[in-house]
Amino acid sequence: MHETKFTEVSFAKPVVKPADTKIRPIGIAILAMGGEGGGVLADWIVDLAEHEGYPAQSTSVPGVAQRTGTTVYYVEFFPQAADAHGHSVVPVLSLMPVPGDVDIVIASELMEMGRAVQRGLVTSDKTTLIASTNRVYSMTEKSSMGDGRVDPKPFIEAARAAATRFVFGDFAVLAEKSGSVISAALFGALAGTGALPFSREKFELAIRRAGVGVDSSLKAFNAGFELAQKDPVDGTAAIRTAAVERTQSLLKALDARIAAEFPSVAATVLKAGVRRLADYQNLGYAELYLKRLASIRDLDRRYGESDARLLVETARYLALWMSYEDTVRVADLKIRATRFQRVNKEVKAKSDQVLHINEYFHPRIDEIADTLPVWLGKFLMRPGRVHNLLERMTSKGRVVRTTSLSGFLLLYVVASLRSWRPKSLRYQREHAEMNNWLAHIERHAGSQYALALEIAECQRLVKGYGDTHARGMRNFKLIEGLLPRLAGKEEGVSRIRQLREAALKDEEGMQLAALLRDWNWSNATAAASAH
Amino acid sequence: MAERSFKKEVQKLRIGEGEVFAGEGILAVTKALLQSGVSYVAGYQGAPISHLMDVLADASDIMEELGIHFESSASEATAAATLAASVNYPLRGAITFKATAGTNVASDPLSNLASGGVTGGALIIVGEDYGEGSSIMQERSHAFAMKSQIWLLDPRPNLPSIVRAVEKSFELSEASNTPVMLQMRIRACHMHGHFVARDNVRPSFTLAQAMENPSRDISRIVLPPASFVHEDEKINKRWPAAVDFIRREQLNEFFGDESGDYGLIIQGGMYNTVIRALQLLGLADVEGNTDVPLYVMNVAYPLIDDELRGFCQTKQAVLMIEEGQPEFIEQEVHTSLRRVDMQTRVHGKDMLPRVGEYTTTVVLKALVKFFDRYRPELAARQLLSEGVRATLAPRPVTIPVRVATAAELASTAATKTLTAPVAALPIAVPASVPAIVETPVPALDVHPRPPSFCTGCPERPIFTAMKLVEREIGSHHVSCDIGCHLFSILPPFNLGATTMGYGLGWAGASAFNSSETTRRTISIMGDGGFWHNGLTSGVGNAVFNKNDNVLVIIDNGYSAATGGQDILSSKAENASRVTNMPIEKAVRGVGVEWVRTITNTYEISKMRDTLRDALTTTVRGPKVIIAQSECMLNKQRRIKPLMRKRTSEGHRVVRERFGVDSDTCTGDHSCIRLSGCPSLSIKDNPDPLRRDPVATVIDSCVGCGVCGEVAHAAVLCPSFYRAQIIGNPTRLDKLTARVASVVIGFLQRRLAIRELSYA
Repeated sequence: MHETKFTEVSFAKPVVKPADTKIRPIGIAILAMGGEGGGVLADWIVDLAEHEGYPAQSTSVPGVAQRTGTTVYYVEFFPQAADAHGHSVVPVLSLMPVPGDVDIVIASELMEMGRAVQRGLVTSDKTTLIASTNRVYSMTEKSSMGDGRVDPKPFIEAARAAATRFVFGDFAVLAEKSGSVISAALFGALAGTGALPFSREKFELAIRRAGVGVDSSLKAFNAGFELAQKDPVDGTAAIRTAAVERTQSLLKALDARIAAEFPSVAATVLKAGVRRLADYQNLGYAELYLKRLASIRDLDRRYGESDARLLVETARYLALWMSYEDTVRVADLKIRATRFQRVNKEVKAKSDQVLHINEYFHPRIDEIADTLPVWLGKFLMRPGRVHNLLERMTSKGRVVRTTSLSGFLLLYVVASLRSWRPKSLRYQREHAEMNNWLAHIERHAGSQYALALEIAECQRLVKGYGDTHARGMRNFKLIEGLLPRLAGKEEGVSRIRQLREAALKDEEGMQLAALLRDWNWSNATAAASAH
Repeated sequence: MAERSFKKEVQKLRIGEGEVFAGEGILAVTKALLQSGVSYVAGYQGAPISHLMDVLADASDIMEELGIHFESSASEATAAATLAASVNYPLRGAITFKATAGTNVASDPLSNLASGGVTGGALIIVGEDYGEGSSIMQERSHAFAMKSQIWLLDPRPNLPSIVRAVEKSFELSEASNTPVMLQMRIRACHMHGHFVARDNVRPSFTLAQAMENPSRDISRIVLPPASFVHEDEKINKRWPAAVDFIRREQLNEFFGDESGDYGLIIQGGMYNTVIRALQLLGLADVEGNTDVPLYVMNVAYPLIDDELRGFCQTKQAVLMIEEGQPEFIEQEVHTSLRRVDMQTRVHGKDMLPRVGEYTTTVVLKALVKFFDRYRPELAARQLLSEGVRATLAPRPVTIPVRVATAAELASTAATKTLTAPVAALPIAVPASVPAIVETPVPALDVHPRPPSFCTGCPERPIFTAMKLVEREIGSHHVSCDIGCHLFSILPPFNLGATTMGYGLGWAGASAFNSSETTRRTISIMGDGGFWHNGLTSGVGNAVFNKNDNVLVIIDNGYSAATGGQDILSSKAENASRVTNMPIEKAVRGVGVEWVRTITNTYEISKMRDTLRDALTTTVRGPKVIIAQSECMLNKQRRIKPLMRKRTSEGHRVVRERFGVDSDTCTGDHSCIRLSGCPSLSIKDNPDPLRRDPVATVIDSCVGCGVCGEVAHAAVLCPSFYRAQIIGNPTRLDKLTARVASVVIGFLQRRLAIRELSYA
């Protein structure tokens, strides 16, 4: 049975006409990743507001943020302690940012800024956006086999279009310089924008009250403050100029040759190439490099345009190929004084500390045989007792302490094997492949310039050490084997690019195989690899 | 020791009558428990109430002073069963865990508890892990409350309301002899706010009194015929008693102009969101005062028919704003009104999305729809800011879809633009309203940033080893568990097929027990899951059923994913708990013979060889590998202060970190694909001839050693180095360094001459 009369409901509050208040709560969304101090930043803002007597609230959904994920902290405060009648205001504040209704968005990283813009948190009618343009690369970007980084420009453009005011810069660097964390620098920028009704001193007091790392935080705060007061400058497009200015007497002759015999657009790459190879082997080796490029230069003059792309790209890749990585090269690079200094700086060792550098090597029998003269190398690679013994001896990786006498001397001896290099097994193999590659480029430069350019670019696949090198070489050879099918055809150029990019997609070669299946070319590759 | 220490904050729990408490939601709940005179508190950690457990653990001395027993339960079921203390004795008790993972585990004792009923107030505080940031399946605690007749409170998300809800829950529980569930949403748990405190109360009846004077009542035990009596009691006695109490104490609230012929019915937890939406429409002031009639259900279950009907009797239509699905309350509202032939139109999921979090934008859209239909003058779009109005606009949503075919993937990362249909508003917008602004969603290539293993995590090398074994002998079915190790399903590891629940890693692979193949399955279990139930549900089950497969137990010394709480096998000395119980002994104890314990997971080659051995050995029977290394997040927290102290005292301290030589790195990033450490990143290639970015180790490196091990085990490039920075070096350190540097310096100067000539 149910009642048919109902209790009068009791309405808790007398009905009040909505107050005609112009003052609205200020909403601040902070997009940060774990460990960046987003929570501390939120706490500072709450403390700042509460010290003015303003009601403030903060929330977050931290979840697994500390495990490298992202999170949004949201702070809201009401910038009025009491109304005209002296009644202290008890506002109802939101627990989440509302797209289109956020006054300030602070993002600690470029992609997180992009996320805020994409979520609609940044709007041109009200949002002040403070963003750090430093990058914490996503797994997709980092794990790419080539260059998987996103272009920062569209991010900056989208943010500029979306925000009322956009303050950006590399706050991570500012923080690092101050020995502090990014949150302090961003807090400084927040003060610098003047978007909150508090003086700079009040911001600084909030840091002092928190009492943790006050001095370094204030330093970072100051840097952030100044950045926000300056006009935004695009700090993301740092141009890398080739540091090849200094020349030495021995190289002058070669530089003169480059100037006299090669187009000026190629000079930067050629000079870098010449230096690299002289450093790698000797001056004669650098001369060999220029000699090999002569025919490409002639072809480019005849068929190419003013930018001499074929020459520039071939020169770039030939220099890299001729300076292929081997144990001698690695030992040579590891023992240099400049390298010791670099490590010292990188790991921030202080002058009263002792630094040890331990290298992780894994020379396998293949690499040892590669460094030896052809006859000896071939002997070692032949199945037999010597081969097996050496294979067992090299099955484990080694750690060599370069800063110790024994470790340094070991590498010093290996590095001095440089003079043996031209007689080594690896040298013969690499140079045979190189000449093949150059021949392909030369063959096609006349009839199909674009294809020749693509062939040159394929050298990009051959890099690294051990298995990585073997995998790259395998893919390179596969494409080379397909050249008869690609040459002379219009789609050949795009196909070779697709093949190259597919080869860089995954280690297992699945994308490459799938592409060939799509084209019904799987049989051809089997034939090519058998060949 | 938990990840975050509340030692300082818990002092706030001592404040007394009239003082203002400022702090986080969970801390306020703890204070409310102390103000309510609880005798015991138990629970199991898990977001979003992990911090509540940590607060309670850190407040143990305060609780001791008040004679309160606190327990970190072995599981949510243990926690729920703890409430049995309130069945026969007038003891107030509270438990806490996350929902719905925890309610699932606890459902057996919860049902038994609810059936027999309670004498002392029994409170279940659930952290509702729903919506943004959630890490579990999206379900509602509401269903649990309904099926077992447990009253469910969902208070307005402000500290005074939450504290009052805790206090009233105990009274409600006692008045109706029924356990009460208090739902805390994620944001409310982490909300900073204020309330005026009261004195802490020592329980009037103590655990000791109960233990010294045991009493029993067979009618409270769930056994026929008592169980049939319980069902009748629940419906005919406890329910009406609860309804009376809720009405009398006005646990639900009414706001706005009662004469309005329309209204909103909302869950208490939705209050702030609804008010913000009303504020945006100019229908509420900053303090939430509004003309719009609101019925705020701080008690989400049971429904108070009288209140509902009283609210609706003058109304033409109401909008029920109920987050989550199915729409339990809305259905009850319909039933309640139709039973008395009340014709108020009830809107709800017809105007709101059936799934997903009810954000302010979602609620705002629904309000506009509702007002357009019944009170068009209130749907004042022109008051909305341009940006907010844009969010209401029906507009094409650009969804970048990566095209999967190899050809297109290879050409460029091709994206296609799909236009998702967006329902238009049902009522045409009057002409006077300014045109809706369309702001195009910028098509930025924003990558997802899922959580991952921390810098130096000891679990990462286990999965690296698994990848290496996979390369050698092919892939295996991998059954995952709950915990940080579940991040192995994501790039760069991409391992694991299913996860069936906490501790259920091996149970999830039970079916794969076939004599027709020699290929084995791999199951993963964390130490937390192992002690939670995995020892019986996984290991015991595998022994009993003659399983031939492999289990990897990841023993990092803490219940790490929930915030680093201690468990039975923790290595830490814990004054109030027993730790250091080896997992291997437990595993052998239930009959596993093939057990390998690896005490250093960073030794990838050993890890790889052991895994290979387990997968290929001819020995039949279950195989368990226990992989032990301390959780790095907790280790760093533990050793950093120690290192600082030792340094300042002048002791020799060795700091290690890794680095990559840019000039030998060729930018293939194999190391990243095999490790995925956050401190292993990329940077511009300093070599003017190269384009691909080089790997780099950033400052956050803790020198765990994985990079070096991976370089060795996978025969990667020789670019990695391990730097050892010796602070306060001994005389011997300095002497050897000096001798070496004399010779090295000499040779380096010779080399430099050659280098300079080519530079």
